[in-house]
Amino acid sequence: MKFVTAIIKPFKLDEVREALSEIGVQGITVTEVKGFGRQKGHTELYRGAEYVIDFLPKVKLEVAVSDKLLKKVVGAIEKSAATGKIGDGKIFVMSLDEVKRIRTGETGEEAL
Amino acid sequence: MTKLFSKLSFTGLMGLLMIGFSQIAMAEEVATINSGDTAWMIVATILVLVMAIPGLALFYGGLVRSKNMLSVLMQVFVTVSLMSVLWVVYGYSLAFGDGGAYNDYIGGGIAFLSGINGDTVSGTIPEYIFVTFQLTFFALTPALIVGAFAERIKFSSLLVFLAAWATLVYAPICHMVWGGGIIYQMGAVDFAGGTVVHINAGIAALVGSIILGKRIGYGKDNMAPHNLPFTMIGASLLWAGWFGFNVGSELAADGTAGLVMINTQVATAAAVLGWAACEWIGKGKPSMLGGASGAIAGLVAITPACAVVGPMGAIVLGFVASCIAYWAVTSLKVSLGYDDSLDVFGIHGVAGIVGALGLAILMSPGFGGSGYDDGVTMISQFIVQAKSIGITVLWCGVISFILFKIIDATMGLRVSEEDERAGLDSTSHGETAYRS
Repeated sequence: MKFVTAIIKPFKLDEVREALSEIGVQGITVTEVKGFGRQKGHTELYRGAEYVIDFLPKVKLEVAVSDKLLKKVVGAIEKSAATGKIGDGKIFVMSLDEVKRIRTGETGEEAL
Repeated sequence: MTKLFSKLSFTGLMGLLMIGFSQIAMAEEVATINSGDTAWMIVATILVLVMAIPGLALFYGGLVRSKNMLSVLMQVFVTVSLMSVLWVVYGYSLAFGDGGAYNDYIGGGIAFLSGINGDTVSGTIPEYIFVTFQLTFFALTPALIVGAFAERIKFSSLLVFLAAWATLVYAPICHMVWGGGIIYQMGAVDFAGGTVVHINAGIAALVGSIILGKRIGYGKDNMAPHNLPFTMIGASLLWAGWFGFNVGSELAADGTAGLVMINTQVATAAAVLGWAACEWIGKGKPSMLGGASGAIAGLVAITPACAVVGPMGAIVLGFVASCIAYWAVTSLKVSLGYDDSLDVFGIHGVAGIVGALGLAILMSPGFGGSGYDDGVTMISQFIVQAKSIGITVLWCGVISFILFKIIDATMGLRVSEEDERAGLDSTSHGETAYRS
């Protein structure tokens, strides 16, 4: 099993969710986050006072997937979250040791 | 406001004529209440109150960081309340009473509103309404200064300063301009409060922000406004309420009121366009904050001028004043290095001065203005206007300086560094504006 974390542009969330649903992903977790990468921040100007906004708003989504679905999931996120412009985000893949569904007590891929 | 005097003398003249025609009407012609004027002045008074709360409070509140939101709202709210009480106790007497030997500078003799009752008339309206209308000016002006100290002043010191300032600066200047004192006698034009309200508040703000010092982290930390939609709502309420301020200063629902009304609207509109144009050209993007700031600059500039310039002159005045105020808050403030948190001097002081001087030029019939009094030229009017500004700046600057120094030495002006970092909402008022 793998644990996929993706940082994407906030307005791309709906497209990514749809793409993941289509390939059979059963659930994702979404968090509003801030950060910086190569896109860096931008400046804002208030009556002549200039402030550099270092951290830009992004959406972090987390999804646990089976090994055989991993490639499709990463591909779906990559495709649906892309604009081609700087700041599209990143996808991180980690191995996942155990999953448990709290309601039924199922474990492993059964619980995904 | 000068209208009041011409109205009183007109009433007196009519009285004399009436005596010639009839001997029975003596008691009645002295003071007649006009119900149209009265109805309008009740509305105008409420409009000026709305300028302060919630208009000014929201305008300022949106500009501070979220940890200081309630402190600014509370400072404005309590200032308005404190001044309302002081006004009827002695403020009205100092501003509009007869000062006898000192009448050039200060009034007196009607403290606690003595001699005024429901039947007393001022011009064509009940005097209580005139008192309340002027009360709202007395309440608004100190509240304007709050913006200069925002995010760092001690609440108690703020109230002590503003009470003393309103007594020793506002009341005398108001008397000099509108109560028959020296500035009035010089022939200076200040229809609705360019010197009394805006230059006065602007200078106190400048002196205060210099003595108080910069906010911790000024120029380093992000001090961006926390809620510009509030600022836009506040600016719009100020704009709408300003019709009470300017048009109400005619003290009547008449033709001049119409002129003042259209001038107030178009000067403000031109000022919004002016600020937006300056930003667009100078910085690349026109901002909402710029639009709101421009509106206030335009309203300030047209305030002294609104009854003597024509609508085209008003457009010019609003546009020019807005561009100069833009320069003051973006360049002048930075080069002089003071921290006037919400640009009270840059907007009220600077646009007020531009309005008070500019009207001397734009009141010329050639520019569609109402023209000059007999024997007055554009140049002589300009000099009189400059003198009236000079008196206001000196009087206000010197007394404000002394008051700040006394309060700083005795009570202290600023909250502790720790409290300033934590925000005044929780440390001065024990509450929080926003909960997640």
